[in-house]
Amino acid sequence: MNEWLIKGARLAGGEVADIRVADGIVVDVGRNLSAPGVQELDAAGLIALPGLVDLHTHLREPGREDAETVLTGTRAAALGGFTAVHAMANTEPVADTAGVVEQVWRLGRQAGYCDVRPVGAVTVALAGKNLAELGAMADSAARVRVFSDDGNCVADPLLMRRALEYVKAFDGVIAQHAQDPRLTEGAQLNEGEVSARLGLAGWPAAAEEAIIARDCLLAAHVGSALHICHVSTAGSVEIIRWAKSKGWQVTAEVTPHHLLLTDDLAGGYDTVYKVNPPLRTQADVDALRAGLADGTIDCVATDHAPHPVEAKETEWAAAAHGMTGLETALRVVQLAMVDTGLLDWAGVADRMSARPAAIGRVPGHGGPLRPDAPANLTLYDPAAPAEPVDPAAHASKSRNSPFTGMALPGKVYATFLRGVPTVLDGKVAR
Amino acid sequence: MSRHLISAADLTREEAVLILDTAAELASVAGRPIRKLPTLRGRTVVNLFFEDSTRTRTSFEAAAKRLSADVINFSARGSSVAKGESLKDTALTLEAMGADAVVIRHSASGAAHRLAGWVTGSVVNAGDGTHEHPTQALLDAFTIRHRLAGAGQRGAALDGVQVTIVGDVLHSRVARSNVLLLHTLGAGVTLVAPPTLIPYAVDSWPCEISYDFDAELPKSDVVMMLRVQQERMTAAYFPTVREYRRRYGLDAGRMALLPEHAIVMHPGPMNRGVEIAADVADSPRSTIVEQVRNGVTVRMAVLYLLLGGAEEAA
Repeated sequence: MNEWLIKGARLAGGEVADIRVADGIVVDVGRNLSAPGVQELDAAGLIALPGLVDLHTHLREPGREDAETVLTGTRAAALGGFTAVHAMANTEPVADTAGVVEQVWRLGRQAGYCDVRPVGAVTVALAGKNLAELGAMADSAARVRVFSDDGNCVADPLLMRRALEYVKAFDGVIAQHAQDPRLTEGAQLNEGEVSARLGLAGWPAAAEEAIIARDCLLAAHVGSALHICHVSTAGSVEIIRWAKSKGWQVTAEVTPHHLLLTDDLAGGYDTVYKVNPPLRTQADVDALRAGLADGTIDCVATDHAPHPVEAKETEWAAAAHGMTGLETALRVVQLAMVDTGLLDWAGVADRMSARPAAIGRVPGHGGPLRPDAPANLTLYDPAAPAEPVDPAAHASKSRNSPFTGMALPGKVYATFLRGVPTVLDGKVAR
Repeated sequence: MSRHLISAADLTREEAVLILDTAAELASVAGRPIRKLPTLRGRTVVNLFFEDSTRTRTSFEAAAKRLSADVINFSARGSSVAKGESLKDTALTLEAMGADAVVIRHSASGAAHRLAGWVTGSVVNAGDGTHEHPTQALLDAFTIRHRLAGAGQRGAALDGVQVTIVGDVLHSRVARSNVLLLHTLGAGVTLVAPPTLIPYAVDSWPCEISYDFDAELPKSDVVMMLRVQQERMTAAYFPTVREYRRRYGLDAGRMALLPEHAIVMHPGPMNRGVEIAADVADSPRSTIVEQVRNGVTVRMAVLYLLLGGAEEAA
């Protein structure tokens, strides 16, 4: 069972080839391969992508095991075609010490569905006051390279500057949740026509853009790597495009939901659409798609944010922010980017595997499928009939999918982690 | 009419006029020695108040009782799961008690909307956060029609009436409902406020915006003053209360700029000496006490049409 011959897949949507996998690595790629006695998988019509890498996942463990665990979250990730996920630091306790990041990393190893790369908090308890022991987390068994206070912005410019500088010593990157706290006090929904009508406190685009502009300047000044989490506005895309044109080390991600959904969905106060950053306008969606297509935005990251039912069955202001996304990400990207002609499958491989792996410094992921590469790969059927999303069928513990009932195209057929299928025929394989 | 009254936008012009006409009909009951009608006998109306508002609660209570409904007052402080029972669980409790209508006041925008998804009875929004307060807009429209057109105006809307709404539009559920309803009824609406208290993207609203109060007064048939909440006074929306009063307060001098027939409204409670001077509030042009009285009859009309009317139609 440790050897597979995948027959007739289209490599990143291009040429058709067979892929032979053994002992965790790709052994051979080519036409008409044969390997007597080896289990064959008919991949005709399927697209072979390098295993997807998510830079932004909330696995909730430790602390909120009622919403998700490392086991259920990585199972959901595998079903979505992911072979590596970055577990955000806003757990209880916060992942701000070597002990917590090692715990999350070990839970990931035990679960075995994905490589779990813990993200370390930038500041102690995400409080934005004192730097956490970033070096200890980097040197731990978890080998942390991405640091983020996600959920909170590192708002203090001096602290942000120091963090950017400090992580250079171990090739780290600061992933900023760009949200000016003063401009978003009590904010509920993108500030615009919909928030005005609904009487929900506005969340101005400028609150995101101002922090991104500031941090790009800081990253340039100290020569450090900055990553921008969940970019949501047209203005942010422009600022990042400008920063990249200067040659600065700035990267960015966009979520599937910001590529597809707009703030008018909140018109009925359905809290499944409450998310941070908020859903924006169609003009923003168009700019985000264009930014992802031209590479201004490096990658898609899910910001998978599971919540128990009671955290969403409330009035809007009391509801938790966030949406699940691991199990729908690739299908949403097909709908928003591929079926619209903005990105080809090679582009999807780049934005959902190669670039996030590079940003996260994830060894063994993101490379092209060729001999001697670790056999992390995803087989995807883009022609599968569009089916409405049913969160009750999801492996995630939580049901807060904003795509509920939407007919999304495609299907993740199989996922291989180091040569072992974690998903086969769209179902968990082990 | 729809089963609920959550937003003034739910009402067509015909429905809004029907409510006003029904209220006019019911107003005559208020003048009788026995002020009760048997219309809603055996029906249960729950006043679910998450915010303290004695004025609005007693107004709804009086309205329901004059229609012979059983009234349950359910006050619940706080709003979120953290503070105790969730809104949903409260809704299920009321459902189990057999509420035919739930009148809800809540500090969160959209709470009435959410509640409507959890109960089978009618939901009447008695003010949700900074969203809407549709019965206030209806009683304001009723008051305007009565004052400007007289008693014999059954079936009339408010075509051509110029209404100037002044103050904290950004946080005002009264302003939102009034803009929508007055527009539906054919009135012209102008919002006057410091730019900090006008919502972003207000250009999509069916009204005009002005920062110059004095310029609007001679054109106004109605001036509606909004309350300035205490918490706005220290949050940089305007420099000082003194400056606010100077630029946007209605005093006797400004009142003199109004046409002869124009009226002055305020949804209450007033900050005398801030948005409205005492001599203006107490002047014959002021409809403030009348608004309170009309509140009961308009709410009677709403409950009657949502509950009794629906029954008859079925």
